Amino acid sequence: MSAGQTRTLTVYDTAIGKKAAVAVTGVVLFGFVIAHMLGNLQVFLGPKALNDYAESLHAVPTVLWAARLVLLGSVAVHITFTVQLVAISNAARPVGYRSKKSLASTYASRTMKLTGPLLLAFVLYHLAHFTWPGLAMGAYSHDPADVYGNVVRGFSVPWVCAIYLVAQILLGLHLYHGAWSLFQTLGLSHPKYDRVRDLAPKLVALGVVLGNLSIPLAVLSRVVR
Amino acid sequence: MKIRLRVWRQAGPNSAGSLETHDLEDVSPDMSFLEMLDVLNERLIEEDREEIAFDHDCREGICGSCSLMIDGRAHGPQHKTTACQLHMRHYSDGDEIVVEPWRVKAFPVVKDLVVDRSSFDRIIRAGGYISVRTGSARDANEAPIRKADSDLAFDAATCIGCGACAAACPNASASLFTAAKISHLALVPQGQAERYDRVRKMVAQMDAEGFGHCTNHNECEAACPKGISVTNIARMNRDFLRAMVVSRDPLRAPDDAGE
Ligand code: HEM
Ligand code: FES
Repeated sequence: MSAGQTRTLTVYDTAIGKKAAVAVTGVVLFGFVIAHMLGNLQVFLGPKALNDYAESLHAVPTVLWAARLVLLGSVAVHITFTVQLVAISNAARPVGYRSKKSLASTYASRTMKLTGPLLLAFVLYHLAHFTWPGLAMGAYSHDPADVYGNVVRGFSVPWVCAIYLVAQILLGLHLYHGAWSLFQTLGLSHPKYDRVRDLAPKLVALGVVLGNLSIPLAVLSRVVR
Repeated sequence: MKIRLRVWRQAGPNSAGSLETHDLEDVSPDMSFLEMLDVLNERLIEEDREEIAFDHDCREGICGSCSLMIDGRAHGPQHKTTACQLHMRHYSDGDEIVVEPWRVKAFPVVKDLVVDRSSFDRIIRAGGYISVRTGSARDANEAPIRKADSDLAFDAATCIGCGACAAACPNASASLFTAAKISHLALVPQGQAERYDRVRKMVAQMDAEGFGHCTNHNECEAACPKGISVTNIARMNRDFLRAMVVSRDPLRAPDDAGE
């Protein structure tokens, strides 16, 4: 192909390329969600276990900030490209149907562009609740050195737990479709693994929802106090 | 039986359209959906009114011309059946049916139910072929191919290019069509030489035509009259991402449709 004044096609010129970046950053965020949940489940091992774990996360500032940068970068890429992709699709059907039936899509797949921004809002609320306390509604007496106590006091407010409950359902929906979709996006599909690929997203999404929810529920029911 | 049709009428590409109601008194269950429209059109002609424009050709489910959104389902309620092969026995007396054209920006409405699908032709033209010497056909058995691959290639090659995938897709994406056309060549030995150029050119053209992006709803597979699988989309994505990584020669980015 002759080198004219026209640009060379790059992977990010195409919807497939943009979507692949959404999938890869989705995997990073997915990894964070699971690690974050496993870390927090140590609340069931008592104050010392959780507080020591929290402290160990801050032990090496370089590692901490590297991880934060990767996460922030992933969120930025994930959101930037999904916004672009949604705009492409909105433009692709200027006139809608008077009647249209869904045959194969799921509630989760149809609500991705809603659950995504709502998750962002929740993450900000969650940070304001536990990381920058005082900013958030549902204030409690916060002690940076006592994560365990913060969890107990933070979740003693039932309506705060209600926000977390709703957010976890949104997260579950996003993860369910995301976990199915990302393999397709990256071209990792083979009929031999179809059954696993259908089942695993359900189990993983449900596991994350239940795992995360077990913490506020345990505080509310005074199993953890 | 009695059928009430609510049909999209639109005089031309830039006119506003609306649904028009027609009551049909004695629709035979043996009629095909298109034959019912023929009967209605005869009546309209007798009444000196403009007949309803709709696309059709083979009427046997192989050409991909018919393209009706029937009650919110591409090609109507029969799974893996084109509108021309849909028969009125699947309806009952008194039913009301909404008929609309494909709603995709890259398929502009020409008139009534007819849309212009030349965007699909341009995707094919961008790379949906193999370059061979014609005139002296090579022996078909000269290039060995695994039975499993040839079966998959044939499955993909059953695509009739009707556009139901893009019409049914909530994102108006042409991924299933493009993936089928890429796959049937990617799976056979004859398609290997141009495999990674083809996928880049066709994907770039698909985007340039203004189709939406794929979010893996799988509505296309459910709507496809040929039952083409979304595993072809995974294959297209895989080949495309691989091509972008390994291909040495740069490819010009197409700037707009139909150039
Ligand atoms: C907890 C953090 C998050 C995780 C683990 C996550 C994970 C994922 C995954 C795995 C995908 C699938 C990618 C693919 O199909 O290739 C995805 C898609 C998507 N995400 Fe997220 N995401 C998160 C946060 C967000 C946020 C904050 C937003 C928006 C502000 C967002 C919006 C979207 C959208 C719009 C899609 C595309 C949906 C589709 O293709 O149907 N996500 N996400
Ligand atoms: S008219 Fe040819 S497929 Fe329907």
